[in-house]
Amino acid sequence: MEKTKCYHCGDDCGHKGIVYDEKDFCCNGCKMVYEIFASNDLSYYYDLQASAGATPKAIEGKYDFLDTAAITERLTEFNDGRVQIVNLYIPHIHCSSCIWILENLNRLNGHITSSQVDFPKKTVRITYKSSALSLKDLVLLLCTIGYEPYISLEDADKGKRRVDRSLIYKLGVAGFAFGNVMFLSFPEYFDLASSKASGGEFWLNQYQDVFRWLMFLFSLPVVFYAGRDYFTSAYKGIKTKLLNMDVPIALGITALFLRSTLEIIFDWGPGFFDSLTGLIFFLLLGKFFQQKTYSFLSFERDYKSYFPIAVTVIRENGKEESVQAHQIEKGQRLLIRNEEIIPADGVLMSQNAAIDYSFVTGEAEPVHKQKGDKVFAGGRQLNGAMEMEVLKSVSQSYLTGLWSNAVFSEDKTTKFQALTDRIGKRFTIAVLTIAFTATLAWLVIDPAMAMNVFTAVLIIACPCAIALASPFTLGNILRIFGKKKFYLKDAQTIERLAQVDMAVFDKTGTITHTKKGTATYEGMPLTLEEASLMKSTLRASNHPLSRKLYDLLAEQNIATLDEYEEHVGQGISGTKGDQNIKIGSPDFTGSTGENDLLQTAVHVSSNQTYKGSYVFQSQFREGAREVFHDLGAHMALAVLSGDNEGERQRLSTLVPKDTPLHFRMRPADKMNLIKEWQTLGKKVLMVGDGLNDAGALAQSEVGITISENINVFSPACDGILDATKFQYLHQYVHVAKKAIQVIKLSFILSLAYNVVGLFFAVTGRLEPVIAAILMPLSSISIVVFTTLASNYITRKLN
Amino acid sequence: MSVIYVLLAISIVVALLFFGAFILSVRSGQYDDAYTPSVRMLFEDELVQQKKKDRTSKTDNTTSNN
Repeated sequence: MEKTKCYHCGDDCGHKGIVYDEKDFCCNGCKMVYEIFASNDLSYYYDLQASAGATPKAIEGKYDFLDTAAITERLTEFNDGRVQIVNLYIPHIHCSSCIWILENLNRLNGHITSSQVDFPKKTVRITYKSSALSLKDLVLLLCTIGYEPYISLEDADKGKRRVDRSLIYKLGVAGFAFGNVMFLSFPEYFDLASSKASGGEFWLNQYQDVFRWLMFLFSLPVVFYAGRDYFTSAYKGIKTKLLNMDVPIALGITALFLRSTLEIIFDWGPGFFDSLTGLIFFLLLGKFFQQKTYSFLSFERDYKSYFPIAVTVIRENGKEESVQAHQIEKGQRLLIRNEEIIPADGVLMSQNAAIDYSFVTGEAEPVHKQKGDKVFAGGRQLNGAMEMEVLKSVSQSYLTGLWSNAVFSEDKTTKFQALTDRIGKRFTIAVLTIAFTATLAWLVIDPAMAMNVFTAVLIIACPCAIALASPFTLGNILRIFGKKKFYLKDAQTIERLAQVDMAVFDKTGTITHTKKGTATYEGMPLTLEEASLMKSTLRASNHPLSRKLYDLLAEQNIATLDEYEEHVGQGISGTKGDQNIKIGSPDFTGSTGENDLLQTAVHVSSNQTYKGSYVFQSQFREGAREVFHDLGAHMALAVLSGDNEGERQRLSTLVPKDTPLHFRMRPADKMNLIKEWQTLGKKVLMVGDGLNDAGALAQSEVGITISENINVFSPACDGILDATKFQYLHQYVHVAKKAIQVIKLSFILSLAYNVVGLFFAVTGRLEPVIAAILMPLSSISIVVFTTLASNYITRKLN
Repeated sequence: MSVIYVLLAISIVVALLFFGAFILSVRSGQYDDAYTPSVRMLFEDELVQQKKKDRTSKTDNTTSNN
């Protein structure tokens, strides 16, 4: 049979497909969305981009908490009782069809006034008449068309966030002044000798002062507004006795400004306002270039981004009520619906539950719990609705308690001294030494020139080119990494990555696939009949292990069962004719052999005789071996796993010999082990994926998250690596190391310019035009060099 | 030659006007999302087109809109 693709979502329709309006749909949900769009004249959605939709999920009761006024108040941006504005994050936004349909929401519901999509951020801002359409109705409307918004505890906690645009303003001010000052300097450039004494152009002499004072006026906002950061940073550096690179920059700016002002006051010359404004403009340009942000990613997430904003509490009289998550108290009974996340530690009150801890551990295999078992915050319930009793409040639960550690309030960037700043100290001392020596020499030769030479040295030595080397190299590499699906938080992370000498990996979800797995069969071979019966029996079951095994087994003839039975917590059984099969736990199937409790296994018996078992194994990611061996040749390795030792054997064949493998690590253990290595002087790269790695990611020098879907999930980290690119991890580390060499080379290049400039300065011949040529020339050649070099070192990157 | 004062004043006023326009456009958030408007400007009249197409007579013309 030819495979048909769903007209709405593009999934394979399989054999259950629905044909409606001459189009194929994989399910009723998709058909419904099509109907809604078609009946509202919105089917252009499908012309814009074929199969762009998502299957709407069942969301019964999930958004009841939006009826609570307090929650609505916190989520909306604007609310005057009649009109509300809400900004919703919708992970599914991915193409022009999405923009189009979401901006035409008013066609679906007349009470929606307007909606505007921010594509890079994947958000939609909706204005609607709240008197006629509640926030809950709006969210439900979005859900029915497959655009389910993602609402988490974080949304409620954040204030009205303000965007920091000060760098753009500063860049605008500096660029504006730079251009105007350049124009105003033109008369001086073309007629350098023009002074009243030497008889230059009459009108130039006449209006010289006007031009000069205008330049002075233009430079004021540049020095005191745009260049302000360099002074504060230099001041902070001196106060903490760290001579960073901003110290010579601030000295240069001060010298430029004071000398230029004095020159025009006493009519000594035109001043260096063009160089001054140009310098600050280029420096800010470097800063701007370095500041690449991936607005659709978040590197600051903690558990709040995943936890629900509200949960349903069952009161003693049996009434259900939505309560905000951080108001949950010990002893309360919670109702957790299908696919909802458990917000706090507690005891299971329902008969059984299947909890997916993949957010926490990266392990996709659901864990089965029975009445009275402890359940931990962060798990996702998969087995219908369940009830639980709270033991600990949200912030004190096993997982969330991790965030009270001081590591999460520290900022890695302040602990780290960038390469530029490390050479800043020597540079400053060298510049000051040259300046004072030259001044002393000129005091002997010609005291009138002494002050001139002193300021000239400070001006020409101003390390503009050096200060640009690092932002442009790292900024460019950051962009190239981003194109290769390796998203770093900031440019400084590359510098830290270059220093790493130990790599630590989480196991589950990081070096293994979260979804794919394999199962090996151990025991007596099954007959063809038995295999067919087993597959048919598995097909009827909704248990996650059954589904998984069903997908892994070879294609069989599917037979209709005479009898099928599910034994909760034990297994399933199916009968056809005189054949009976049991699939499930060892006891249920009558297994007599030794059972390794560390493994996930499904046992099979046929007609009351035990046959064997399928042992599930996680599958390692492609190229994991190469990553380990390549990195192992350059640095120490270690693997930390929260799981039991069941896979120690398989894992040890993957990693280089003598790599320490740690099992049964709790989140805090991981963090402490990394701290231990750090006290031994190691610079640690942590590669993880789940919330249980969050402590280790924060503690390490560089924390990288492996993510199968970069839009949805990743704990706080310094970088997010797309899971398909895991096999190239070592290449990124090598490029980072090469980037540092490029920066060092450009330091040498810019020092060469400084030497040339210093020659003019020390001999007392620094004319404004020389400064005006040398400064942009050195800056531009550094920008060109770093751009070419960083493209060269990344050319082989996959 | 005092006309140069007038010229200078005009040039600076024009420059300041543009500078002010830049500041205003940044403040209004125009630079926050530089991507979506480039897609949005291509949407036009698609609803009118829809009404012409009757649902029953609609044939496959998914590519004809590009």
